[in-house]
Amino acid sequence: MSVVQLLTPEGQRVSHPGYDINLSDSELRGLYRDMVLVRRVDTEATALQRQGELGLWAPCLGQEAAQVGSARAMAPNDFAFPTFREHGVTWSRGIAPLDMLAMCRGVSNGGWDPQVHRCGPYSIVIGAQVLHGVGYAMGIQFDGAEDVAVTYFGDGAMAQGDVNEAFVFAASFSAPVVFFCQNNQWAISQPRDQQSNIEIYERAAGFGFPGVQVDGNDVLAVMAVTKVALERARTGNGPTLIEAYTYRMGAHTTSDDPTRYRLAGELETWRLRDPIERLKVYLARQGIADRSFFDHIEQEGEELAEHIREGVRGMVPPRPESMFDDVYAEPHARMDEQRSKMREYLASFEDYVG
Amino acid sequence: MTEQHQQVFHLPDVGEGLTEAEIVKWLVATGDSVSVNQIIVEIETAKAVVELPCPYAGVIDALHVSEGEIVPVGSPIVTILVTAKAEDREPVLVGYGAKAEHEVRRRPRKSDGQQAAVAATATGTVTAARTKPLVRKLAKELGVQLDSVTPTGIGGVITREDVLGSSQNGHATKQPVTPAGCDDRQPVRGVQRAMADAMVRSAFTAPHVTEWVEVDVSRTLELVARLRIHVAFEGIRVTPLTIVAAAVIQAVKKYPRINSTWLETPEGADILTHHDVHLGIAADTPRGLLVPSVKSAGAMELTELARSIHTLIETARAGRSTPADLTGGTITITNIGVFGVDGGTPIINPGESAILAVGRILDRPWVVDGVVSVRPIMQLSMSFDHRVIDGALGSRALVSMANFLADPAVEMLMGPTTE
Repeated sequence: MSVVQLLTPEGQRVSHPGYDINLSDSELRGLYRDMVLVRRVDTEATALQRQGELGLWAPCLGQEAAQVGSARAMAPNDFAFPTFREHGVTWSRGIAPLDMLAMCRGVSNGGWDPQVHRCGPYSIVIGAQVLHGVGYAMGIQFDGAEDVAVTYFGDGAMAQGDVNEAFVFAASFSAPVVFFCQNNQWAISQPRDQQSNIEIYERAAGFGFPGVQVDGNDVLAVMAVTKVALERARTGNGPTLIEAYTYRMGAHTTSDDPTRYRLAGELETWRLRDPIERLKVYLARQGIADRSFFDHIEQEGEELAEHIREGVRGMVPPRPESMFDDVYAEPHARMDEQRSKMREYLASFEDYVG
Repeated sequence: MTEQHQQVFHLPDVGEGLTEAEIVKWLVATGDSVSVNQIIVEIETAKAVVELPCPYAGVIDALHVSEGEIVPVGSPIVTILVTAKAEDREPVLVGYGAKAEHEVRRRPRKSDGQQAAVAATATGTVTAARTKPLVRKLAKELGVQLDSVTPTGIGGVITREDVLGSSQNGHATKQPVTPAGCDDRQPVRGVQRAMADAMVRSAFTAPHVTEWVEVDVSRTLELVARLRIHVAFEGIRVTPLTIVAAAVIQAVKKYPRINSTWLETPEGADILTHHDVHLGIAADTPRGLLVPSVKSAGAMELTELARSIHTLIETARAGRSTPADLTGGTITITNIGVFGVDGGTPIINPGESAILAVGRILDRPWVVDGVVSVRPIMQLSMSFDHRVIDGALGSRALVSMANFLADPAVEMLMGPTTE
């Protein structure tokens, strides 16, 4: 099966025998807005890290279509399990950018309420969230609900034990889960061709569920493929592995220097496949959006960036004893004891204001 | 209402737990206007070379650190004069990237008795000498009282040298102690590390073939001599390398395939043949081997080419090459003749498919029209990636370069469409 593509890098709408999508003009404009604003959040956060305002940031530059396209395909009650790079997913689940940045500044214990947004916290442990997602999906089965869990991970995590174990469980129990792998070509400095000698999506066959490879920089194709996988899971037919073929245009994290292990030419090649540019070309050519729309989104991005800059600089570190508040849902005697011991310890310092 | 005030930007921790960084290059000078997120400086940490964006819009008031200096995280590096709303606040830096002033030790509360004693003895504040655990340990070993040491470190921190300097027992040597008979071992960093990685990557992925040919460069030297005094070349440095560059560009125009990149793809591989010639020139610089490239050299007049090559090498030697200068080459020339060498088997720059090594020019016996005469001879050695360029193509391209140097004026006039 060929790579699913509905919009070429040149912004040409093409058809695919297995997948199609029909979106209204406003939905198309919405996807464009999502991707531009996610990119603006991402570049601002990267700059803020460089200015010492964040401890760490994992840029999603180049992966906006894969993230926005898949997350916008989800139903409101479906549940996303993201990694630390899924800013386009969390954005699409309605999470405020400042909540994403608070975690990376080390002033929040996770960022947001997973139940409210139906989106788990950023998982730093590679692949762990895939097991969480399958466990959650098996819970959905017990509840008899019609929701689907979508787990996000990268090409590097395909070699992780957790991920393979999650595949086995999901296949055995036909769990309502979509495995969404963003193959961004690099597991930090390990190139994709040293990670597997077959294509990532082909590995699904060995576990007993379908795998599909989609152009991860084509937001329309990603959305179409994800919708089919979600529907399949929702109707009791079990998991699907989606390999979104994309490219991490930035560093692995702000602590990484990709120029040490990959060639500048590679980046240039992928720049020509930019997910945002192709949609912009399509919208403009079809008359779905005009100059004033693009300018407006640009302006919205600048305002958002300023809001983030000021918001981050004004963040107040939480009181240390607040770390005990969310360990249990209900008040808990052990936590109360630890909290009061910590207060006692803090009070032993001259500069502590109680 | 607006007002002007100074904002100090402190060196942040751009990695995770880094303690210091080298200021590699300032991209702004005092008096320059800057905008928010404008890249103002390149720094090199133990992990990476990183560009720092400016947190404020305003005018550069002062640069506190010079290029090449290594400073600890938290040191003030630049002050910006900001014209802004009054509610702008000093940023709180997280992680290790805190303000220099933040390192005030948290002190446990004293019992009542202790506090009374402190109040009785001191009118000023009692401050512990500020230094690092290792220096504290050294001071203890040498019997140096830290309060008696004059600190010279940033923010009044006592350095290792300060302690050694005030050591009484003649132990004050500034050289690190090396065990006798120990071999010299240096960490591989920066440019040398980049060179090592690039060479390994190229040597073990691209199957190299090297061919060489000797050429009589009398006419090239004549042409160089005439161009040097030509009015169009006034103020421009013309060398045999200029003509070699022109020869390579002409060979690319005849055989575009030698100006290609091998690309691994999910389906197998592609060969990307570049339309533009971005001509890399290997330069021996104080920082090590650098290969900056002249962008779009294929479209240049000879004057422009000569000037560009000269500027490129000077910039590299001065350590001012930008990352853009150092990437994006499509074919490279390395002038090993300057070291007095005839030829070699150069390693291709990763991402390219051919590299030409230019040997020294030496008078040698040479048969011309059946008679041995003395001629200036130069050897050209070219390595090429056999995945991209086969022996026939490589040979033709190399011979075309040699022919060009044998009679450059005619070749230039004829252009790339001969043969």
